[in-house]
Amino acid sequence: MEAINDNKQSAINDPVANTVWKLLEEVPDPEVPVLSVIDLGIIRNVIVSGKSVELMITPTYTGCPAMDVISMNIRMILLEKGFGPVILKTVLSPAWTTEWMTEAGKEKLQAYGIAPPNAKQQVCTPAYFQREEAVQCPHCRSWNTRMISEFGSTACKSLYKCGDCQEPFDYFKCH
Amino acid sequence: MNRELFLYTLHLADNALILGHRNSEWTGHGPNLEQDIAISNIALDLIGQSRNLYQYAALLFNKNNDALSFLINSPAFQQVPGEIDEDDLAYLRDVNEFRNCLLVEQLNGDWARTVTRQFLFSAYQEQLYRGMQKSSDMQLAAIAEKSLKEVLYHVRWSGEWIIRLGDGTNESRQRMINAIESLWAFTGELFHPADYENEMASAGIAPFLNDIKQAWLEKITDTFKTTTLELPTNTWMQQGGKNGVHTEHLGFLLAEMQYLQRAYPNSEW
Repeated sequence: MEAINDNKQSAINDPVANTVWKLLEEVPDPEVPVLSVIDLGIIRNVIVSGKSVELMITPTYTGCPAMDVISMNIRMILLEKGFGPVILKTVLSPAWTTEWMTEAGKEKLQAYGIAPPNAKQQVCTPAYFQREEAVQCPHCRSWNTRMISEFGSTACKSLYKCGDCQEPFDYFKCH
Repeated sequence: MNRELFLYTLHLADNALILGHRNSEWTGHGPNLEQDIAISNIALDLIGQSRNLYQYAALLFNKNNDALSFLINSPAFQQVPGEIDEDDLAYLRDVNEFRNCLLVEQLNGDWARTVTRQFLFSAYQEQLYRGMQKSSDMQLAAIAEKSLKEVLYHVRWSGEWIIRLGDGTNESRQRMINAIESLWAFTGELFHPADYENEMASAGIAPFLNDIKQAWLEKITDTFKTTTLELPTNTWMQQGGKNGVHTEHLGFLLAEMQYLQRAYPNSEW
């Protein structure tokens, strides 16, 4: 989080780096297309030197198949706009957490029908059969929801169902 | 030292890949849709871990090709021109060049056996990665930190299944008893270090297996105690996988997993 803020701070003073950050806002997560890579909080650093761009990316989940597509799309958009060479580096530590997701990103998720990760992680402890995390239905805003499966349509989501509007929905789980 | 670090990284990667592949055999065949997705996601996490580890192993190999190439003799691997990558390590090595534990290559059997295998291994991986976060090797420390978050989910998910089946019907309980009896013989190897593991522990790169065994055993014992299931005693412990001596099951697994790359070298999606 700090690294991103520090870096964005420096970007304000560097118009070229600023352009790169702006372009990255147009690169979506292919599995959750309302989110950009900036919303996800996976871009840790951008170093621009002349036309060459070096980017540090932190993967969300180690097996997430979207990461390869994201890297390719970042490369494409930067090359299209005349940057190059584009060097992408994977940074594993510190590990990505949903706390790095931007507030704007969380609002976009909810509007898209996916419950955003709770601000405070409630049940990321190893204890068995914990009370399910209270998650608000993204459709009708009810809190009367229950978990159907801890693992949902992608590694980053669990599956919930609303007791009021009866709609099933994805919850972008805390990580 | 280079040799041991390379072998150790391969060992970690092979554990994750082989269990990930086994779990993926459930995809489309799970007992219900949600659990099918759950085990497929765990497969994905494990294969993701193995990718990070194979990429690191490939880097180590390419840096020190002359000293390490004698460790992998399969003709297909030997014929790779230039630098190797993660896929070469996964698809072109022969069965006796895999260094995973015997536990992870065991057949899926029924659901009880699959979740028991997962639980025994994930509880081990949790302790291993907790220790490895302090590794003097920065890349292994980073992979451990990243993977641990996922492993905690695996431990909880599989541990809950142990309790659910152990406390379920007479039949589910009997299946749990059969599962633990058939798999327990493969748990001794988890804590019986190969030479490269000893070397890594002495160098501060990996935790000593003796140091993590107690925490693992407590987790297993507590979980089984919840359901009044007994752990087997006086079991002969099998070993060999860490040094490339496997049960008959691994060869069949590799035949299926490696078929495409062997039959159509370098084919891509």
